[in-house]
Amino acid sequence: MTVESEVSAESGPRFLTKEMRKKIEEITGRYPTRRSAIMPSLFLAQEEYGYLCDEVLLEVAEALGVPEVWVYEIATFYTMFNTTPVGRFHIKLCTNVSCLLLEAGSLLSHLEKRLGIARGETTGDGLFTLSVVECLGSCDTAPVMQINKTYYETLSAEGIDQILEELKARPADGGREGAPA
Amino acid sequence: MPKITINHMEIEVDSGLTVLQACEIAGIEIPRFCYHERLSISGNCRMCLVEMEPSPRPVASCAMPVADGMVVYTNTPMVKKARKSALEFLLINHPLDCPICDQGGECDLQDITMAYGADQSRFQENKRAVAEKDLGPLVATAMTRCIHCTRCVRFSTEVAGVEEMGATGRGENTEVGTYVEMAVSSEMSGNMIDLCPVGALTSKPYAFTARAWELRHTETVDVLDAVGSNIRVDSRGNEVMRVLPRLNEDINEEWISDKTRFSYDGLKRQRLDRPYVREDGRLREASWEEAFAAIAGRIAAIKGAKGQKIAAIAGDLACCESIQALKDIMNAFKSPHMDCRQDGAMLDPAARAGYLFNTSISGIEHADLCLLIGVNPRIEAPLINARLRKRFLMGSFSVALVGAKVDLTYAYEYLGSGPRTLEQILSRSHMFAELMDAANRPMLILGQGALARADGAAVLAAARDLADQFAMVSHDRNGFNVLHKAAARVGAMDLGFVPGEGGRDVAGILDGAASGELEVVYLLGADEIDTTFLDPAFVIYQGHHGDAGAAAADVVLPGAAYTEKDATYVNTEGRVQQSRLAVHPPGQARPDWMVLRALSQALGQKAGYDTLEELRAQMIRSNAVFAELDVAAADRTAKTKWAAFGAPGKMNGSPFADTVENFYMTDPIGRASETMARCTDTFIVPHLSITGTDG
Ligand code: SF4
Ligand code: FES
Ligand code: FES
Repeated sequence: MTVESEVSAESGPRFLTKEMRKKIEEITGRYPTRRSAIMPSLFLAQEEYGYLCDEVLLEVAEALGVPEVWVYEIATFYTMFNTTPVGRFHIKLCTNVSCLLLEAGSLLSHLEKRLGIARGETTGDGLFTLSVVECLGSCDTAPVMQINKTYYETLSAEGIDQILEELKARPADGGREGAPA
Repeated sequence: MPKITINHMEIEVDSGLTVLQACEIAGIEIPRFCYHERLSISGNCRMCLVEMEPSPRPVASCAMPVADGMVVYTNTPMVKKARKSALEFLLINHPLDCPICDQGGECDLQDITMAYGADQSRFQENKRAVAEKDLGPLVATAMTRCIHCTRCVRFSTEVAGVEEMGATGRGENTEVGTYVEMAVSSEMSGNMIDLCPVGALTSKPYAFTARAWELRHTETVDVLDAVGSNIRVDSRGNEVMRVLPRLNEDINEEWISDKTRFSYDGLKRQRLDRPYVREDGRLREASWEEAFAAIAGRIAAIKGAKGQKIAAIAGDLACCESIQALKDIMNAFKSPHMDCRQDGAMLDPAARAGYLFNTSISGIEHADLCLLIGVNPRIEAPLINARLRKRFLMGSFSVALVGAKVDLTYAYEYLGSGPRTLEQILSRSHMFAELMDAANRPMLILGQGALARADGAAVLAAARDLADQFAMVSHDRNGFNVLHKAAARVGAMDLGFVPGEGGRDVAGILDGAASGELEVVYLLGADEIDTTFLDPAFVIYQGHHGDAGAAAADVVLPGAAYTEKDATYVNTEGRVQQSRLAVHPPGQARPDWMVLRALSQALGQKAGYDTLEELRAQMIRSNAVFAELDVAAADRTAKTKWAAFGAPGKMNGSPFADTVENFYMTDPIGRASETMARCTDTFIVPHLSITGTDG
């Protein structure tokens, strides 16, 4: 019995579409165990919905046939998975060693002041979410932040102001976690 | 074999071992939190760091496989510093609330910090606090104390087979627990308490009742199923405070079921602590003399051959000593009417191999196929199910089930619901027969659900046929297994507590009592029968709890529970084990063999023994198996003979029934236990209402 037929038997609102489930099945083919397919499947779902609500996590677990807690562990461990809704632009500022040595701490305060929110929060207009993440693997260009899928490197307070202005001016189409900023 | 040098000492060890294991072999202690020999390696606590040439950094010895020529040091300044640092990190967020922690006095974190830690922490910042988790009625949590060793997660995933525990979040925000608030739905969850190296998971029923150093330990055996798990009963004064597992690789390894661990509060409730005699329809307190006199008077009043009018039923918790003593009395009256098969299981006393778990529990690990027939091992014998799961995880093990579909925590092939399927396999018209033919070391497990039915003897014979046809029995191996649920059953069968020539079985005894053909029925802790049949008869109940049997009795004789006597039990493997007295029976209750000996005297049938030793010698005369303790039938010098048993015949098509409705309340002790009642509310009742609305 394929996963597909098992699912179509049930009704009710579902987050994983038929196509997504098919993709997930494809993904599992690339790995020795289905557990390995959890991360790419979560990315797939996040691309679609911007964040991963509990129902999505459950459905991914069910589609993969793995215990729910495995999916939940991964989704809550990695900072690139959002388990709560995020704004149109998701700012992920690295505060790991290299960046910290190059003043990422004060950049964080700067961002918080500029956006009027604390780390982990979203601006009232739903435009920006500010997160703090671990090493983005770009230490040579520290300090670094990632907004949606784009890296912004060798940051300074002034540079950040400019980036924020640019983003605010961006037309309101398609800006979401999955898409490039 | 690789040679490795530890602290300038060269030793040779098996390849595949880890450095930590090699150190243990060399007699060097390596402190550890996350490593546990029965769980997978996770290497996350860093407590086991050692120095290894030429690595400039310390190495986690639990996760490092040995290799030839390794040079390891466990006592250098670097190692000492590494251990201090690891502990300093682990204690950063630990609340250091030992005075109010139940783990105090038996805590790895306490002990290891004393031995290897620094006396000061440099951490000045705020400690984190973690919200409590509700893991159900058995396991109490204080998750702020958790050091994220993940032993509990690995236990529930790997051993218990319920993937509900996990570590969520990251770094400072990591939390261990079930990812949605829920009780851990495992019948073995209590083992997480033993595994937790700190006080994060402790026993809820035991909470704040005693300190480890106040307890007296008694090594004994469990009787709440037929596995015979080895346990340690911890008592203070004359009260059982808790029950813990005792290591026995052949039986329970180091685990026990939640029923075994948590039923003990039932030992303190609804106890029969004095004799009772029924007068004007009501039970009134009586002295031992009055109770014996009432029995003697009633038996004297029987007209004609007394033996034909007296019957006895041995219950599921009865010890072998009392069964032998009762049988002696029955023999003295020449009564053939006795039986130990309360559930009506068609066990055949003709051949011992026909009612034993012949493969032995550890023998499961060498099988390559297992056919389950009318059995739910997860509920009937959780430890045997854990062994099956362990074998399953090793790979190349096919499991198939005939009977009620259940979740066993491992995958199996569902073949059918009843005898028809057995016939198909026997006639090789079922596909599974091919797999069985191909197997090298196949085994089958026959449950009471397949035997406690009218055609049980035919099912037994069919299962024996299966064992023969598929080469399960050879000179060095026997793959035929009966799984018992009652701790008393095998011992009673061994002692021949079954109907003699022309004797009645349990159903016959109940009928005879109802019709008046039997006048006196002796219940030795027999509570799992329909006592309404017994109404017209004079009923004597000997046991420790005021349960069904006592309620129906005319005379109640208070006996001792398994924690209160030195007694013998034979587990499902045919292993003879002895329990030890941990606390004294309450009030006037006495060890059961003494009660029966005194009774035999009052009946003018003086018993042939005066001491426990003499009684045990009598048991050995009844059956030589009692001479050899702690050995499964599979490992005995005198092999159990493979002889004819069962009665070939027509089986009916009805499905094999699930015989345990509520895992937590299979016996009078569980039914008296508040903890088991809470478990029933949490795990059984919600389940009932679901199936209720479904059908
Ligand atoms: S609760 Fe105990 S066993 Fe589980 S991870 Fe925490 S410290 Fe380890
Ligand atoms: S530390 Fe910031 S990118 Fe590596
Ligand atoms: S015991 Fe080796 S890392 Fe925990």
